[in-house]
This record gives sequence, structure tokens and C-alpha cells, in this order.
Amino acid sequence: MVLKPRLEDIKIIAFYLGKIIIGLSLTMLVPVIFGLAFGEINPSLDFLISFAFTLILGLGLTKICFTEKDLNWMQGMIVVSLSWLVAMILSAIPLYLSGHWKSYLDTCFDTMSGFATTGLTLVQNLDHMSYAHNLWRHLIMFIGGQGIVVVALSLFVRGASGAFKMYVGEARDERIFPNVVSTARFIWLVSIVYLILGTLALGIVGILNGMRWVNAFFHGACIFMAAFDTGGFSPQSQNILYYHSLSYEIVTIVIMILGAINFKLHYHIWMGNRKEVMRNIETVTLFITIMVTFFITAVGLAQAGIYPGALMLLRKGFYQLVSGHTGTGYQTIYANQFPNEWNPLSMVGVICAMALGGAVCSTTGAIKMLRIGIIFKAMKEDIKRIIMPERAIVVQKFHHIKTFFLEDKQARSALIITFCYLVLYGLGSLVGMFYGHPFLESLFESTSAAANVGLSCGLTTPGMPSALKLTYIFQMWAGRLEFMSVFTLIGFFIAVVKGKK
Amino acid sequence: MMYKLVARSSELIVKKQKTKKAALVFSLIIFISVSALKASFAQVVSSTELINKAKELDGKTIVYQGEVIGDVMKRGNFAWVNANDGQNAIGIWMDYSLAKEIAYMGSYKFIGDVIEVSGIFNRACPEHGGDLDIHAQTLRKIESGRPVPEKLTRAKRNTTLILIGILGLLWILYQLRRK
Repeated sequence: MVLKPRLEDIKIIAFYLGKIIIGLSLTMLVPVIFGLAFGEINPSLDFLISFAFTLILGLGLTKICFTEKDLNWMQGMIVVSLSWLVAMILSAIPLYLSGHWKSYLDTCFDTMSGFATTGLTLVQNLDHMSYAHNLWRHLIMFIGGQGIVVVALSLFVRGASGAFKMYVGEARDERIFPNVVSTARFIWLVSIVYLILGTLALGIVGILNGMRWVNAFFHGACIFMAAFDTGGFSPQSQNILYYHSLSYEIVTIVIMILGAINFKLHYHIWMGNRKEVMRNIETVTLFITIMVTFFITAVGLAQAGIYPGALMLLRKGFYQLVSGHTGTGYQTIYANQFPNEWNPLSMVGVICAMALGGAVCSTTGAIKMLRIGIIFKAMKEDIKRIIMPERAIVVQKFHHIKTFFLEDKQARSALIITFCYLVLYGLGSLVGMFYGHPFLESLFESTSAAANVGLSCGLTTPGMPSALKLTYIFQMWAGRLEFMSVFTLIGFFIAVVKGKK
Repeated sequence: MMYKLVARSSELIVKKQKTKKAALVFSLIIFISVSALKASFAQVVSSTELINKAKELDGKTIVYQGEVIGDVMKRGNFAWVNANDGQNAIGIWMDYSLAKEIAYMGSYKFIGDVIEVSGIFNRACPEHGGDLDIHAQTLRKIESGRPVPEKLTRAKRNTTLILIGILGLLWILYQLRRK
């Protein structure tokens, strides 16, 4: 029997949602400062309007629904899934006011793409966008990559047990420290340290490539935020092709890989435990899957004959592949070159890479390496059981910071999430095909959206049907939150309508 | 008499040779000017055509027009210029002496110079790691760029003032409640 949620449930959810909204409003002050520094009056006003409106809304919710009660699991999950939707709508206000988007739906598409670190975009005339708006596009990737709730946890929540429920709801099931608030702060520390180093590296490369120093460092910061958070937005419409630079591509590859690594692993590397990189199931699986998917892509590209030289093939093929595998979505080719110039085999290689993703507790989306590793280990165990004598005891271990014995429930959980992702990839493909796009292109774009990648083969345009835009928004949201909190929200709405008092 | 005949025939041969030379030079001039005329009146190819018909146009001399955006990135004696024709931006590799003609680059505060380049189109440039690009031979500025003056939008200013006012009011109410 489904019970109708009580008014108290709604009050608690609204109170915590209000706190997250207040956190979001404060982040809008960063582009205001940038806009004023660059003398951009109207863009600064766009952000002031959005800041004030969002803050009033957040304050209103926390005052009207004030509670001292902690969240339960259901409420925590709903707060997370709702906060992503609310953040999408509120963060779209300043961008919509800029006039660079055709409709509010298009703006919401981009903000969800930003928060979910996807990188698909419907922006128009990007090359004439203000610094303030451009910064906001990348900042939401940085916030979304760490997790909207992680931002709020670091700012407002102190030691509440409900914090852990929201943390898990945001698809982070690993804690670096026993306390989730300390974990959230560590995630920010890692990100800020890398932000400074990455911006410096990209800024210097930009200057050496002939860019003006202001642009070099601004682009450096933006590109770092989008690459480390495996997002894929860029300040210019040509994406990474704009820079025409091998060194820029190499630096971004390094940043993308850093972003695809588990924050827990970052912690161990920082603590001097460098051997962990070679032993960890996620890094080993990542290495193997990159090699396998690159082999498929390279064979396809060699067949297509578009890149006659091996170096050329490596530069173009490997870049799109790593970008897809890490879930970033940076491109050094035009979107239409995928269907026009790359052959189906090379596209399949990239689709597989996108579908797999990076590490858990990183900024990537998709199935993720730990689950792939566990599924393979479980398969190996089952095969061993068949081959070996019946009396033999078969155990399978895997190393992820510590060495674990593989349990059935781990394999089951990995398979369930993998299955959900495969269904999500398929769902978007069906909608794409319904609107007349070929199978492979529909699958490519759908996988890119659901796995939060952002590589495009040209389907994502402002002119695409609204239903397809909504499908991709749903895919980005569900894919980023790894289903559980989304399912809980759906269940909550069913309970509101059909539940008994 | 015999001498005169020989002299006349050799004069005729020289004349004939001169005429041939003149004809050759004349036809060469005509050929060059026709080619130049053809190039200057060649149909402009859009960025979408370049991307979608890349295989067809690969290695051919094309004419492309677009607004210069971002930075002119100097690389030794050459430079990368990205030009947007309203559909996509395409990278153009050119001698830096050509790039010097560019005064405005498109951004939030500027409308960039609109340039017309004629050059070799590469579907996957062997010199630049497989980039789709144009190696410019000539550049012509067809429209000069300009700064875009920013006007304060009244509606935005008023909305900001109202919302900030509400925030201030809320703060005062909060302070009064605390007391």
C-alpha cells in the first residue's frame, strides 16, 4: 500500500531545497564580479536579477518551511533530484536574459547539460557572448561536477546525518573521510588546487599559441573547469578546434583523465600512495577499455581513410575517444564530420567508450569503471566455477583502495545500474529514430546525453523537436544522478496522486 | 641579288618568330587575367558546404567569407584566424603579413572584420594534424569591424532595483524579528 506523503515531508523537503537554492544564488555573484571587472553592464544586471530572485526564493522556502528535523532516505533522495531540476530552471534565468538562446527550453537544456557535465549545447552566436555569461556556463559545470549538493554541504550543512543521504542521492556512494561534510570539502580542495594549476598551464599554452593574455587565462579557467569536470563546454563555437594546437590538446587530455579518476584515488595519490594507480580496479579497467575502444575506432578510421598519416589518425582518433570515454565531450572535429567522414565502425568505438565512462566518485557519468570491472570479475568467477571441479571453492578478489572479496550483491548492484543505463541509451535512440534520424546517429547522440558526454554528431541543434530536447534533458538528469533519486521522485509523485491517507 | 633574297627571308623568319612570341605573351596575359577574374568572381563557399562536402572540395582552391572571431593567433611567420560565416567558424592558416590587415576581432564588445579569403581547402590538413582548414593565399577585407557600444537596458535596471529592494526589506524584517 502506497501512503500519501504528509505535509511534514513536503515541509522538510522544501526547507532543505531552500538551503540549496540559497547556495546556488551565492554562486551567481561570481559572474557579477567578473562582469563588472570587464565593464559588462547588462550581463552584470542579468546576474544581479537572477541572484536576487533566487535568494528571495531560497530564503522564502527556508523561512516558511523552517524545521529542525533531519532528512530520512526518501526525503534526502527527493531533495537531490528536485534540487537539480530547480537549479536547471533558476540558473537558466541569466543565460536566457543574454538573448543567446532561442527559447527558455533551450536555455534549460544548456543549464542541465552544464550541471550534469554533459556539454551538449543549443547556444547561438557563442563567439559574441560576454565574459560573465561564458563564465557562468563553465561555472555551472564546475558546480555540477562536484555536485550541487556537495556545494551546499560544504557551505551550510554541519554534521547532519541527512547530509549523507543527500550525498548518496547525488550518485556518490564513496566517502573519503568518515564525515561527508569533510569529504565534500576535500572534493572542493582537490578541485580548487587543480583549477589553479590547470588554469596556469592552459593560460601559458594559450599565450605561447598567440592568444591575448586576458583571453588565454580566461579560456584557460573555462576550459579547465569544463575538462576537469568532464563537461565539454568551451568559450568558442569551434570547441577545442578553435585553438589549432597540439599542446592545448595534450594538456586537455591530461585534465580530462584527471577528472575521470576517483576523488578517493586522488586522495591516495596526494598522500603518496602512488602504487594504488597501478593496482586499482578502476584505473586498470579504464586503461584496458581505452585501448580496446581506441583499437576499434582506429581500425574504423583506417578503413575510412580520412586521416592518411598514423600521427594524424592518432591525434584525431585518440582525442575524440579519450574525450568520449572520460565523458568530457571536447571535439577537435566538427559535429557533422562524425556521420559524414567517420565510418560506422569508428563511431561504434566512440559510442562504446562513451557508454562506459570513468570512475565512480569522479565527475564523469555513464556506467563507470568499477561496475565494468566488477561485472568482468563476476563473469570470470562464474566461468571458473564451471571449469573447476564442483568441490573447488572459487573466490574472486578485486582491489579498490583495499582488497575486497567479490560478493554477489556487488555484482547484482553493478548489473542493475548497467542495465538501467543501457535502457536509457536505448530510450533516447528510439526517440531520435522516431524523429527520422538514422539508428547509429540516434544512438550516438542518445548515449552522449545519457552518459553525460557531450560529443555530438549534429543532431543537437536549436531546431530539433522540443520532445527530443526534453528527452535529452531527462537523460542527462537521470544519467547524472544514477537513477535512484530520480526513481524516488517519480515514486513520490505517484504517492501524492494515488497514495492513501 | 642572292644575298638580298637570303637577307629578306631571314628578316621574315625573325618577324614570324617575333609575332609568335607576341602571340604567346598575349595569350598568357589573357589566361592570367581570365584566371584572376575567375578567382575574384569565384562563388563563395559556406562553412556548412565545406563541412558537408569536404571530400568533394578537398585540395581545391575556394573562396570563403566570414567575420573574424576571437584572437589572431600568431605562430612564427604565420597566423591562425578563425572566421565565422554565421553558420560555423572555420580555421584559416595564413601568412602573418595577411593577418596584419585585420583590425577588429569579433567578441561581446566588437563586431569583427569581415574578410574574404581565397585559398586551398583541406578536409584533413596533413600539416595541421588532420584539422579541417583553409590555407589562405589572398585576403580581402570586405567590411570593417567596429566596437559595439553597450546601452544600459532600463527594464533590467528597474527589475534589479525592485528585487534588491525586496531583499533589503526582508533583511530589515529579519533584523526586527531578532530584536
